[in-house]
Amino acid sequence: MQPVVIEGGHVIDAASGIDGSFDVLIQDGVVAAIEKPGAFRSTMDVRRVEAAGKWVMPGCVDLHVHLREPGEEWKETIQTGAEAAVLGGYTSICCMPNTKPANDSAEITRFILEKALSAGAARVLPIGAVSMERKGKQIAPYSELAKAGCVAFSDDGDPVADAGLMRRALEWCLMLGLPLACHEEDRNLSCGGCMNESPLSLRMGLKGFPGVAEDVMIARDIELARFTRGKVHICHVSTARGVELIRRAKNDGIPVTCEVAPHHLVLSDQAVEGYDTNCKMMPPLKDHEDVQGLFAGLADGTIDAIASDHAPHDRDSKQVEFSRAAVGVLGLQTSLPLLVEMCLAGTMSRTRMVDLLCAGPAKAFGLPYGSIRKGSPADVIVLDPKREWIFSEDLVRSKSKNSPFLGRKLVGATDHVFVGGKQVVAHGRLLADSQR
Amino acid sequence: MVDHLLGINGLSKTEIYRYLDVGLSFVEVSERDIKKVPDLRGKTIVHVFFEPSTRTLASFDIAGKRLSADTINVSINSSSVQKGETLLDTIRTLESMRPDVLVIRHSESGAAQFAAKHLTSTSIVNAGDGAHEHPTQALLDLLTIRQHFAQFGRGIEGLRVGFVGDVRHSRVARSNVWAHLALGNEVRLIGPPTLVPQDFVQVFGSERVSVFHDLSEGLRDLDVVVCLRMQLERQDQNFVPNLDEYSKEYCVSERLLRQFAPGSVVLHPGPLNRGTEISGEVADGPRSLILRQVSNGVAVRMAVLYLLAGSPGASPERSGQTTT
Repeated sequence: MQPVVIEGGHVIDAASGIDGSFDVLIQDGVVAAIEKPGAFRSTMDVRRVEAAGKWVMPGCVDLHVHLREPGEEWKETIQTGAEAAVLGGYTSICCMPNTKPANDSAEITRFILEKALSAGAARVLPIGAVSMERKGKQIAPYSELAKAGCVAFSDDGDPVADAGLMRRALEWCLMLGLPLACHEEDRNLSCGGCMNESPLSLRMGLKGFPGVAEDVMIARDIELARFTRGKVHICHVSTARGVELIRRAKNDGIPVTCEVAPHHLVLSDQAVEGYDTNCKMMPPLKDHEDVQGLFAGLADGTIDAIASDHAPHDRDSKQVEFSRAAVGVLGLQTSLPLLVEMCLAGTMSRTRMVDLLCAGPAKAFGLPYGSIRKGSPADVIVLDPKREWIFSEDLVRSKSKNSPFLGRKLVGATDHVFVGGKQVVAHGRLLADSQR
Repeated sequence: MVDHLLGINGLSKTEIYRYLDVGLSFVEVSERDIKKVPDLRGKTIVHVFFEPSTRTLASFDIAGKRLSADTINVSINSSSVQKGETLLDTIRTLESMRPDVLVIRHSESGAAQFAAKHLTSTSIVNAGDGAHEHPTQALLDLLTIRQHFAQFGRGIEGLRVGFVGDVRHSRVARSNVWAHLALGNEVRLIGPPTLVPQDFVQVFGSERVSVFHDLSEGLRDLDVVVCLRMQLERQDQNFVPNLDEYSKEYCVSERLLRQFAPGSVVLHPGPLNRGTEISGEVADGPRSLILRQVSNGVAVRMAVLYLLAGSPGASPERSGQTTT
């Protein structure tokens, strides 16, 4: 493969602390060199990618996506999901095991990896189930799953109710060095709630999901992590109290990491007014105070990662009564622009954004990605931070279109994306499309 | 552009009075020997009930028929909805038959709004959606107290109105509260914290709403007491320890009313659980307007149907006293 020089861009890499004008040489699938602008001017036999005025950063790492394959291919496939990912700037995506069948065996893990390979877009890193069929009764064969390629374990949207099972799972996974990713919800407290429990849920007559349903499970899993020393990763924290619990746990040296989903930052429960099912997800959108708590966690480093919780659902499962609508929203193509918007608004520094999208998530799961220092895998994106665009249905690469951000103006778009040194997006379009 | 009645929230005082005025003028029709006016002749009204109902369905059906509309009732067991047709398919199918009005009752909040969003040529009347709204019930309650206070030369503004019982799950309470707030009335929500959480103070965005957990304190000096139906299955969900404990604390009795709200009238949307939320003595006593509510239900629903589906400009054909 011909070496590539990305020239004239502003390189931002949180892991190595680079934040300035540099040229990047990509060779043999790795970042071969990062030098002062013009350093490769006389280098022969390279392809040059112009990046003046652009941000050059590591490809984003998403710890939480749902690709629906095998089992619900009408909602999304590994192909369409991996393509949406790279268009959105994600070069690695970790897919939840809530497929049908669940990813609780090496066979399913290998199936996912084979499909991902032929998709030729983002790296797909499977998450194995915590329990067989995600039923919370019998722990899954973690070593087999890890050898097949799983990078973490989770029962996804079905929280592990049995604390004893959770303890054993943590003990086994500690041996493997892999984290348990936890959707924190006490089902006896959430009790069928479909939006944040608040004056608004009372007004709308919808069953409320109280924030404390999340908090008590976060507290439990922090205590189990303290006890076992196993790694707990808290998925999509949505409450101020949850952030506070994690902050204290980290101060106590407990091995806990966490992620926040962009929709919990950008939207509040007020968006549900009008019964818009594209604003229905779990955990539900929260009030202003919780959103403030999340921003505080982003600012002081309590939050390790932004994860999209990309959850495609077909129109039919969303065009129903609010309480009966499927849970979840798209995220792969909107997460990065929504964070770029925060950078431009001054809510967040660029370095912190790159940390939250790249190095932070990679570190939480122990992945060798999320940085562009010399020698690291060449997962690199070139982002135009000035381009404004409207997120419309025809730009959605996913098979499903369930986004609360449809019709919204976004700022920041990926121009070029490299995965392992191979360019997959050029000038904002999938190369596979141009070659078709 | 078709009109709907999806809820009371958002209606102005003027709009509420319009429904009441027309409703009042329709009261007389039901007292005639020949109980029929031709206002909606040639119009089709479909009642699509996804939740069982006796009185509301009968009331709407009679209202439509007294206006000379053609009415049909479609009952759909919503418990089998998972296996069967979606709400969207059901209402689109019905709309294809070109009804003028779709009266919809559904166990899920937001169902009427959903129908209004997805249909283009049919007026939607919300006959109750989950715990959200039940606008015609609020209007008939208002008409009832209006008639009552008119006897004493009083209007329905400047009243103190209390709702006792399961406010959390009550669409009747929500629609009524919106209406009373539009009229400038003081609203008290009375019940245990499990059924009337303090959050209710913020629900309606008005300082004229307060929450009481003590019944006698809440009843003090009320003009109108609305007892809400206690749904028996709430017990299994631990909202109340048992009905006996509930009624000891929250049953509206004549003794309490005499002591704390001697001049009050009592309403109940029905069906009653005598001895649970309301004593038999109150229900059958002189301050009870319960049966009046039922007869006014027909008049108010006639008004709603007439205003949504009647010929624009035409005045309703009835002996026309109009009250403001």
